[in-house]
Amino acid sequence: MKQLFNNRVPAARTRPSIRQVTIEYAVLILLGVVIVALAILSPSFFTFGNLVNILSQNAPLVIIAATGTFVIISGNFDLSTGAMYSLAGVLAASISMAFDTVWPALLAAPVIGILLGTFNGLVITRLRVHSFLATLASSMIFTTIAVLITGGSLITVTTEGFSALGRERIGGIFISVFVMIAVVAALWFVLRRSVFGRHVFAVGGNPEAAEMSGVRVIRVRVAVMALSGLAAGIAGAIGVSRIASGQPLAGTGMELQAIAAVILGGTSIYGGVGAVWRSVAGVFLIALIGNGFDLLSLNPQLKDLVTGFIILAAVGLAAADRVRR
Amino acid sequence: MSNSDADRLPVELSHISKRFGATQALDDVSVTIRPGQVHSIVGENGAGKSTLGKIIAGVYSPDDGDLLIDGDPVRHWNPGTAQTAGIAMIAQELALVPDLTVAENVYLGAERHRLGFLKRGLNERFAALDAEVGFGLNPRALVRDLRIADQQKTEILRSLARNANVIVMDEPTSSLTAHEMGQLETLMRSLSERGCSIIYVSHFLDSVLRVSDTVTVMRDGRHIMTVPAEDVGKRDLVTAMLGRELDQAFPDRTEAPEPGDVPLLKVSNLATDTGVKDMSFEVHRGEIVGLLGLVGSGRSECLRALIGVDAITGGTVEVKGFDRTGAPPHRMISEGVFLVPEDRHKDGLVLERSVRENIALSSLAARATSGIVRTSAEIGTARELADSLEIRPLDIERPVGQFSGGNQQKALLAKALAAKPDLVILDEPTRGVDVGAKRTIYDLISRLAADGYGVLLISSEHEEIMELAHRAYLVAGGRTIDHIEPSESTMENVLFRLFHVASGEEPAA
Ligand SMILES: Nc1ncnc2c1ncn2[C@@H]1O[C@H](COP(=O)(O)OP(=O)(O)OP(=O)(O)O)[C@@H](O)[C@H]1O
Ligand SMILES: [Mg+2]
Repeated sequence: MKQLFNNRVPAARTRPSIRQVTIEYAVLILLGVVIVALAILSPSFFTFGNLVNILSQNAPLVIIAATGTFVIISGNFDLSTGAMYSLAGVLAASISMAFDTVWPALLAAPVIGILLGTFNGLVITRLRVHSFLATLASSMIFTTIAVLITGGSLITVTTEGFSALGRERIGGIFISVFVMIAVVAALWFVLRRSVFGRHVFAVGGNPEAAEMSGVRVIRVRVAVMALSGLAAGIAGAIGVSRIASGQPLAGTGMELQAIAAVILGGTSIYGGVGAVWRSVAGVFLIALIGNGFDLLSLNPQLKDLVTGFIILAAVGLAAADRVRR
Repeated sequence: MSNSDADRLPVELSHISKRFGATQALDDVSVTIRPGQVHSIVGENGAGKSTLGKIIAGVYSPDDGDLLIDGDPVRHWNPGTAQTAGIAMIAQELALVPDLTVAENVYLGAERHRLGFLKRGLNERFAALDAEVGFGLNPRALVRDLRIADQQKTEILRSLARNANVIVMDEPTSSLTAHEMGQLETLMRSLSERGCSIIYVSHFLDSVLRVSDTVTVMRDGRHIMTVPAEDVGKRDLVTAMLGRELDQAFPDRTEAPEPGDVPLLKVSNLATDTGVKDMSFEVHRGEIVGLLGLVGSGRSECLRALIGVDAITGGTVEVKGFDRTGAPPHRMISEGVFLVPEDRHKDGLVLERSVRENIALSSLAARATSGIVRTSAEIGTARELADSLEIRPLDIERPVGQFSGGNQQKALLAKALAAKPDLVILDEPTRGVDVGAKRTIYDLISRLAADGYGVLLISSEHEEIMELAHRAYLVAGGRTIDHIEPSESTMENVLFRLFHVASGEEPAA
């Protein structure tokens, strides 16, 4: 077939305009601005202690948001990550107390997460419930189960070494940070380079076209939700280890923070477009704004106000670019 | 300077330029549209026709140059103000609300209301409009259930309902049959007699020459010529469009293969809930087989069912001698059967993703090692296919949604070829493709057959099947009624039979 046609046209590469580049990398630019501003305004910002703290505090959220990128690219929402985080943590805590073990208990959390996420995926695909509704409902169910397990209070874990995952350091850096880096790197690679990653983009961009190209759309959807559960479970293990107690409401609100970070990063809420690094940058942008309020002793009640406006600005900018050219 | 109303020009483009990134979509284009004229715009895929139409309709704003409406340069030009100024556009890629009915779509944004509450009588208003045109659409049908041809008709009615005095029609007939195209042409003439100006973008040069007063030819974003339609012939237009001569529209028919034993595809008595009642046909290696039928005869529905997208309620589908009835799409693809769907936006492409990713999507597994895509293999295949199908601009990293309509169609074909199927099923493969590229696609189809692939072809341009296919099945009312050898039959004969069956009086064979 190669020699069938003569080609008259040379290859052309499109060079994007400065404006497009600015919009494309808005989250990085904002992150840079906030870092420079904090470095100038607060001497304690660029200290090893502060930076390491920011990283470790946000490790669970980064893991959930980075995986949330997959969910949103595939055209779904997961409103149950916070509840899965709590339930996985509570179960890890009670297993640890019941059997006096550490690592089996902490490893149980991701396994539980996968099961819960798979449940979500099956509800979405088999019962054909929109993911928004399905996970809204399942988050209520998961939270209630967690409350029932703890009897409404908390499970304090006294097992020796249970807090290692959340609190121990290697070379001054928390173990949880290494876990976070490993998870993000793996997710980045899978989304960019694997067949599965491509399928996620295709399913979110145009499920009919994906189906007709031979992509098994239902499987991809279930896998994405299971992955989200896995991430919530890993994050839950880190969280429960850090506070050494299983709390049924520990993750409440995390699902929305994660979605906010994904969107702030520039991943399209309509599916089909996005990247893992964007969500990571989104989490840290929100986190640094919070850190700035602490360091500069600003009124913490205004923190969400500022974050809200920044999200609106970022999303509005991207939308404006789509509408008018 | 004040003009008298009579010689005001409804639309005047003066030195318009428009860039998208590195692509100069329009380069210093000046065109004048006169009142009451049908003004056609022709050119190759990517020549800038849609961009021109979208600038007139306020969808894009020009980088340079002026747009004058009724003699005055426009300010704050957007789809809303354009509509108020009496300009309507039928976009090349249909933009209807799938969950509203036909009538609701037609009057969307132009509803009659009292204090915000809808007045009754929408369907009656619609009936009057539809009667004028003679399309016979059901006002209560949901647009999501319509085939593309009917969606195009809905779009046409939509622009009429706005009483526009300028209508931009960007390939409104790409899915219509010759008969329906005739209806539209009559409509265009009667509109222009009433003083309405029509800007008609089309790749059907015969239609263009029949209906227009003036023709403008564009190439690579530049204005080539504007001439009265009666002064040019089809050959002149093709030469001006392509910048070279095109000797023949169709390649020679490839030799029919020796009748093999096991057909690649054998469909027996297929039935579905979507309007297929009893269809039987087969395709052998090296064979081009066509399904000839009128719009609504159930051809596309049959393809969707046999490929596993829609449910089969009766009959069997055999691939290479094995029963594959009801196998899902991924299974059919691994068995070597690939469908290029009719609606490239709905079923065909992932618009946000690059041409490379779209082409590779059907064959990722073949280009991956333990689940990881081998990028170099992927780029190689995508570039080679994009190149041989003349996708322009040849930038495989660009989102496919940013290509012109005809080039998107080529990307869709490239995806099918990347899957290396034994049997390619093509539903309207040249929809929206220019004359030069059509020839490229015909050559490709012939070459596929010569190389031993099977090709199953559906086209509302019956000529394509009559010229290319070795065998064609006549389809009417969801049934295959007969098969013919196109080389031994005439188009008139075929149409005569199809129309007779459609109106329930099949002549004794
Ligand atoms: N939104 C866009 N972003 C980037 N490039 C675009 C966009 N729209 C059009 N182009 C480019 O501008 C050029 C002209 O496109 P246009 O759609 O006007 O062509 P056309 O003449 O209508 O072609 P066709 O016959 O295939 O519909 C093409 O090279 C196309 O790739
Ligand atoms: Mg076009």
